Amino acid sequence: MSNDTRFHDIKDLPSTHLLGSGTPMCAGCGGLQAVSQIYDVLGPNTIFVNAAGCMTLLSVYPFTPFRGSWLYTSMGSAPAGAQGVRDALDILRDRGKIEASEDMQVVVLTGDGSAYGMGLSATSGAIDRGLDFIYLCYDNEGYGNTGQQTSAATPHAARTSTSTGAAGYPGFKKDLFSIWVANGASYVATVIGTEPLDLARKIEKAAKLDGPRMILSLAPCPTGWDYDPKDSAEIGRLAVKTGVWPLKEFADGEVTHNKKPRKRVPVVEYLERQGRFAHLFEPERQDRVLADIQSKVDRYWDAVGS
Amino acid sequence: MSRRLITGNAAAAWGARLARADYIPAFPITPQTEIIETLGNWIDHGEMPARMVMLESEHSMMTAAGAAAATGVRVFSATSSQGLLHAMEMLYAVAGWRAPLVLVNVSRGLASPITLESDHNDVMAARDSGFLQLHCASCQEVLDATLIAYRIAEDPRVRLPMMVNLDGFYLSFTREPVSIPELDEVRSFLPDFDPGSIRFRAGRPISQAVAVLGGGPYSYFRYESHLAANAAADVHREVVMDFERIFGRRYDAIETYQCEDAEIVFLMIGSFSTKARAAVDALRDAGEPVGLVRPRLLRPYPAEDLRRALAGKRAVAVIDQNLSPGHGGTLHCELAAALYGSDGAPPVLASFVGGLGGRDITAAEFFEIAKVTKKAADEGVTPEPRLLFQESELREVRKLQAIAHHERGLTGAEHVE
Ligand SMILES: Cc1ncc(C[n+]2csc(CCOP(=O)(O)OP(=O)(O)O)c2C)c(N)n1
Ligand code: SF4
Ligand SMILES: [Mg+2]
Repeated sequence: MSNDTRFHDIKDLPSTHLLGSGTPMCAGCGGLQAVSQIYDVLGPNTIFVNAAGCMTLLSVYPFTPFRGSWLYTSMGSAPAGAQGVRDALDILRDRGKIEASEDMQVVVLTGDGSAYGMGLSATSGAIDRGLDFIYLCYDNEGYGNTGQQTSAATPHAARTSTSTGAAGYPGFKKDLFSIWVANGASYVATVIGTEPLDLARKIEKAAKLDGPRMILSLAPCPTGWDYDPKDSAEIGRLAVKTGVWPLKEFADGEVTHNKKPRKRVPVVEYLERQGRFAHLFEPERQDRVLADIQSKVDRYWDAVGS
Repeated sequence: MSRRLITGNAAAAWGARLARADYIPAFPITPQTEIIETLGNWIDHGEMPARMVMLESEHSMMTAAGAAAATGVRVFSATSSQGLLHAMEMLYAVAGWRAPLVLVNVSRGLASPITLESDHNDVMAARDSGFLQLHCASCQEVLDATLIAYRIAEDPRVRLPMMVNLDGFYLSFTREPVSIPELDEVRSFLPDFDPGSIRFRAGRPISQAVAVLGGGPYSYFRYESHLAANAAADVHREVVMDFERIFGRRYDAIETYQCEDAEIVFLMIGSFSTKARAAVDALRDAGEPVGLVRPRLLRPYPAEDLRRALAGKRAVAVIDQNLSPGHGGTLHCELAAALYGSDGAPPVLASFVGGLGGRDITAAEFFEIAKVTKKAADEGVTPEPRLLFQESELREVRKLQAIAHHERGLTGAEHVE
């Protein structure tokens, strides 16, 4: 990978930023951090096709932080919006009505609630049709915009505004990465804003490929995960160091892990910094639940061979 | 020009073809499917230079349709019934995007109970979406209305999506002789799509469908859509004059039949109006001064035309092929709103609901409607809304009820009357 990239070192990352400031996102928003970095690599010839979620409030009449275009669709159908835009641009190019220089990268911008749930049928349909687009999911592990209710991306035992009991959310986070791989995507990658070099390389690579490409970014969310905004970076780094958020990519029929944490930090260090897991430590430490979470992470990495 | 015997569905497909639609997002549903199959067949055999894409739902279909229209291509799509409802969130959305596409709806009743047959509850559910609506009564009208719809939708004074409605089965699968105009003639009526400022291009950024904070800007955008929809009334008048000049067929916002000297007037939309027309002829033969008004344009609502056509009439019988449970017929309600307080408004507006789920409205029923309405006019008392049902049908229902009650061990005394 490092041979055909312009990002060899952190110094190679874009030093001017495309996304305007002054958005209404919360302080310390990990989703916005990832979106901003991704936009820097993609450049302004981009149209974001947005699904309902926190990022919908990036473009509030009459302002937008984007240099390129924007189309808000609905919670369930952003990939179909991307289909319409892509197809129309292709038709206009085929007929010579627009130049290649007027074409754009079509990018869906969606939260996890839509990506893992309501939008999944539209997403799968777009992959089935081999749609040439990038799908960017910022995963804050809940329906953030409506107050962090449980979504299909919520991790086991997390407290959400609809899972407030002592056990938190009883279900398990869905493996969206594998769903995309199985569905026939051309490229799938996980990223996080606290690993900007890995992120930039993956976006660079995705932008050069064709077909359905997904970037799945863990999005530490101080508001939904209940921690101080200043801890966002630390929590993001711990998500990777503990092995909770594996950095990986799928291309050419193969899944590659880009960063195998050599010695994984215990998962509790990630969990105990977030209010949404506080009930696993107070009033009594729930050792069994914590051990279950740790062993699930261990099993994952055992299978990877690390 | 060629004249062919084709179905209403084929007429809709011809409309899209002659309009040179660039893009057709599709999803199958009875009784609409023949439209997209016809178009797909033409495209696959090089007879129509368009792109069709099969979506995984009507919700996605409508999203793709709006997004493509907002990117600057001419878009056609078609649906029916449950499909229209499945797309409902996006009907409102793409109307707000001011995406000037044309959607053909082949009317079919809504579940539950599930049915394949026709009534107007589906299209009525979309009446507040911001889509403009044209309603057809013949296969020729379906083709012509599709062309007219593009002209109105794309007019810079309007820029709203438009729906063309035809009745499932009664029109969709009925063959009628249809004049299919030449492409060059159509070109002179409907030039190539000029997306104007509504289009996405690199280097010319646009933000569409952004959020608003507060009721002020929200109301501003909604009012704009409403004013544009209202403006479509004048645009419609111009466009149909142009259509008549080129093709010789006239499509006023409302069609009137034997109305001038009528005392009692039937008012209804869609293909069943041809049955009402036949009933008018029979009643006239029997000496009854009865007429018919059929709105073609339902959004924008042709209130002024209706007030003019109905002024001085003794009574109007509104026949709704839709039912708003707990309220009644939608056309009746809207007509009452349009007429109330106007000069010469008919004193009696009688409401009849029928023709649901493919049920016929027979000549005998039209005669009964005329009789009830005339009596109401004589007595000056508006009758209770009527749900049309024939004695034989009621007997059939009673029989089924009897069986059901027997199986539940009930006695005849507990039958619902
Ligand atoms: C059809 C529909 N249902 C519900 C909503 C309300 N809603 C808006 S945003 C949102 C949460 C979306 O969650 P996610 O995709 O994770 O994005 P996030 O809010 O976390 O950024 C919901 C439920 C909606 N906009 N549309
Ligand atoms: S709720 Fe979370 S994801 Fe949404 S803006 Fe705030 S920090 Fe970002
Ligand atoms: Mg979310």
